[in-house]
Amino acid sequence: MATRTEQAARTALAAAIGTEHLRDAGQADTVGGVQPRWVASVDGTEQTAAAMRVAAEHGLRVTARGAGSKIDWGGTVEAVDLVLDLSRASEICEHAAGDLVLRARAGTSLAEVQRVAAEAGQQLSIDQPFPEATVGGVIATGTTGPGRHLFGAVRDLLIGITVVRADGVVTTSGGKVVKNVAGYDLGKLYTGSYGTLGVITEAIFRLHPLAAEHRWVAVTLSDPGAAGEAVHTVRSSQAMPTAVETDRAEPDGPITVCAHLEGRPQATHRRARELAERLDATVGVSGEVLDAAPPWWGRYPFGNAWGTGLRLGAEPAAIGSLLAGVQQAADHRDLPLAVRGSAGLGVLHAGVPDSADPAAVADLVRELRAVTTEYGGHAVVLRAPEAVRATVDPWGPIAEGELTLMHRTKDQFDPEHRLSPGRFVGGI
Amino acid sequence: MVANGEQSSTLHALIRRFRDALAPDAVITDPQQLRTYECDGLANHRVVPAVVVLPEDAEQVRSVVRACAEYGIPFVARGSGTGLSGGALPHADGVLVVTSRMRRILEVDIANERAVVEPGVINLDVTRAATPYGYYFAPDPSSQQVCSVGGNVAENSGGAHCLKYGFTANHILAMEVVTPDGELVELGGRAPDAPGYDLLGAFIGSEGTLGVATRITVRLLRSPESVRTLLAGFPSTDEAGAAVSAIIADGVTPAAIEMMDALSIEAAEQAVHCGYPEGAGAVLVVELDGPAAEVDHTFAEVQRHCGEHGAFEVRVAADEAERALIWKGRKSAFAAVGRISRDYIVQDGVIPRTALPEVLARISALSAESGVRVANVFHAGDGNLHPLVLFDGDHPGAAERAEEVSGAILDLCLEHGGSITGEHGVGADKVRYMGRMFTSDDLDTMQRVRCSFDPENRCNPGKVFPTPRLCGEAPGPRRGVHPLTEAGLADQF
Ligand SMILES: Cc1cc2nc3c(=O)[nH]c(=O)nc-3n(C[C@H](O)[C@H](O)[C@H](O)COP(=O)(O)OP(=O)(O)OC[C@H]3O[C@@H](n4cnc5c(N)ncnc54)[C@H](O)[C@@H]3O)c2cc1C
Repeated sequence: MATRTEQAARTALAAAIGTEHLRDAGQADTVGGVQPRWVASVDGTEQTAAAMRVAAEHGLRVTARGAGSKIDWGGTVEAVDLVLDLSRASEICEHAAGDLVLRARAGTSLAEVQRVAAEAGQQLSIDQPFPEATVGGVIATGTTGPGRHLFGAVRDLLIGITVVRADGVVTTSGGKVVKNVAGYDLGKLYTGSYGTLGVITEAIFRLHPLAAEHRWVAVTLSDPGAAGEAVHTVRSSQAMPTAVETDRAEPDGPITVCAHLEGRPQATHRRARELAERLDATVGVSGEVLDAAPPWWGRYPFGNAWGTGLRLGAEPAAIGSLLAGVQQAADHRDLPLAVRGSAGLGVLHAGVPDSADPAAVADLVRELRAVTTEYGGHAVVLRAPEAVRATVDPWGPIAEGELTLMHRTKDQFDPEHRLSPGRFVGGI
Repeated sequence: MVANGEQSSTLHALIRRFRDALAPDAVITDPQQLRTYECDGLANHRVVPAVVVLPEDAEQVRSVVRACAEYGIPFVARGSGTGLSGGALPHADGVLVVTSRMRRILEVDIANERAVVEPGVINLDVTRAATPYGYYFAPDPSSQQVCSVGGNVAENSGGAHCLKYGFTANHILAMEVVTPDGELVELGGRAPDAPGYDLLGAFIGSEGTLGVATRITVRLLRSPESVRTLLAGFPSTDEAGAAVSAIIADGVTPAAIEMMDALSIEAAEQAVHCGYPEGAGAVLVVELDGPAAEVDHTFAEVQRHCGEHGAFEVRVAADEAERALIWKGRKSAFAAVGRISRDYIVQDGVIPRTALPEVLARISALSAESGVRVANVFHAGDGNLHPLVLFDGDHPGAAERAEEVSGAILDLCLEHGGSITGEHGVGADKVRYMGRMFTSDDLDTMQRVRCSFDPENRCNPGKVFPTPRLCGEAPGPRRGVHPLTEAGLADQF
């Protein structure tokens, strides 16, 4: 039976955004296994603000959702009263092609952004393994792909942002010009904050021209040390790679190191040939020049609904050692682990299938934390089946001084801890 | 506020603490010497600080900041003092923490393409240390021979080459900072994507209001295989602007595209005899870099675009000396304007690049109406304008008229969806314009970050924000029973 308080909250929400946009949450609406109470579908900043004001008044805990492709990433939320579904907030508000700038609502899919940008021969240089992923979700999780090597990460391409605060107040930072140092750059703070500081409703990105020609140069090696050497060869060359990726489907399997080059017709092919020769000289295996990306390119070795997915970081020069450490950790536990990622930057993703023993996976995470820490990095569990989530802190340790500042930041933005409480580092 | 006598006794106690912690000559109280720190590159704002300290390492910075925290005294960090917005303007009752004795390059780690430096290290010295290995530090403000990396971080400085390579924020990997309460904290890490909020990103560009950076890890880039530079003379800025648009529309991202108008060319010519094309109403400096195969191809296209859009002369730098000469005119432009005008304001605003022709026309109309001359130098690729507003301070009312024109130019930038600053920062100078670009809610939200670092508003107070936000007690997590739980409708999962 509904209590008066529940009734009041629901009525106020319906009044704020329209009855037709509010419904009771179902099984499919769980957030990392946690059942929310209601789902409010909003079409943009105004409706989000209206819903958030009601949420503030009634003390509702809120999780924002785009396409839901990463809704179960991060820590398990303590509770969710309201899922704020932004998938109706799908619109490219402005594409200033001459200025290489695009403004979109948070629920717009990256695929749609790319489609519109491509019409003008442009791209948003954020690769997404899940094409349905939305602008808001991509910012909130800070996910990007191979092209990050040259173009930077999400935070480097985001130039303006509109966020509705926990108290329902609409705020912006940045703007629609690429070069801008007026005020604090809150876009960086919101990027990768997993919706714990506010609800992102609109974003402005810098675009890049689409290149005329693309080549991939791949070498396949058996040994992590040689793979590390190949990565180093590409990075230290003047070939100006767009991306330097690696892929290893099984713990002891062959390792592919693949560089992406892009640019003008002919010139790119010539650069690719030169790089292939250079690889031959340093690792003794001639690089193969490909016209298309290998099939694994830009994908995670886990799915949006299956597997344990990890993000491993290490200083870039340690990539060979990291690959070796990962291999050892998987072998010890006889786990079928795949790794893939931006080797040139020191970022790898690892995937273990759902069938793996949860205790062994949790144990693997602990060992990978030790390995990555040695190389100045970290091991984060992005997504995992509930049995794994229950036994391991997805984020791992964070130095005390920095964590204190993070807690204070959270307290400033969301003093009542109503935005996805528990989902972020240190229980934030 | 403390009474005067009390204040000076507090100050004395503070100075004693400094003398205990720092080298004898590192605590400056002599009024004559203090005066040398009264302003940064923006000389029309002047405040003599109560005391200046010259710490040698992070520990010393920490003891200074700790003591300030204990006594409730404000402090301001200063690097080389080249800032153009009064960011390092001292506080009359406060401490100026100068990093000029923190100039060690601690590590050049080529395998990881990075360097670790102290905050007082001069920007160009980072590149100098990396050059032997074929690497460089990308942010290249025109002041790079003198400005500090700490200042670059605080201002998120750009440079001619940030069109392609981004700003300081894109080149900082990690930082050790002393927070306003005197804690030594690491932001970022040796690997990318350190879990947690991107406090490193928030700190960069915060203009010294969140703490003092004491060690900075910067990204080094591999030097390009080929660099090609040209200078093109156009009848007017209209044609030059059209050429820029054509180049960008062709999918070219030059390392730099800089534009100067007739008045700034005249000034540069007088100052450094750069030999720019005679009679030019505008010049473009275009630089491409990257793999030779790409650059050669693209360079030819850039030349073609310049020709098609009315360039009457295109000069290609044949060697490093010619390249340096082309850049000399551009890089000396601010100082050169001193040759044609006793006084001038260096403005820094941004517009969407496509609005360039219209905004330039409006600036020239403003100039004609007011009789105030404006020389234009700008990073044309990203719409970052540096109008130099000329005046003669001896003429009554001239400075005020120049201020008015300068302010009107910022309004023009905002009207076109731009920004009041592209690289020089808000500092003390543009505080009054912040409310034109952002709502009070926006500013309040930004200050929530300041409150989490500096709740007492002692770290470079009065900069960036027009009105300080009272931070109050940071409320902790909701204690007690959640209303929904109380109502029996939600369990605590
Ligand atoms: C001729 C000339 C040309 C210029 N050209 C450019 C240009 O092309 N692009 C550009 O972006 N800028 C340019 N500038 C502006 C200026 O050089 C930059 O802003 C520079 O980064 C400031 O560095 P600085 O060491 O002089 O800092 P300062 O002026 O000493 O300080 C600037 C700000 O940084 C803070 N700060 C300094 N050190 C620290 C620290 N360790 N920790 C925390 N905060 C700190 C200060 O409190 C202050 O707010 C130019 C200036 C001049 C005079």
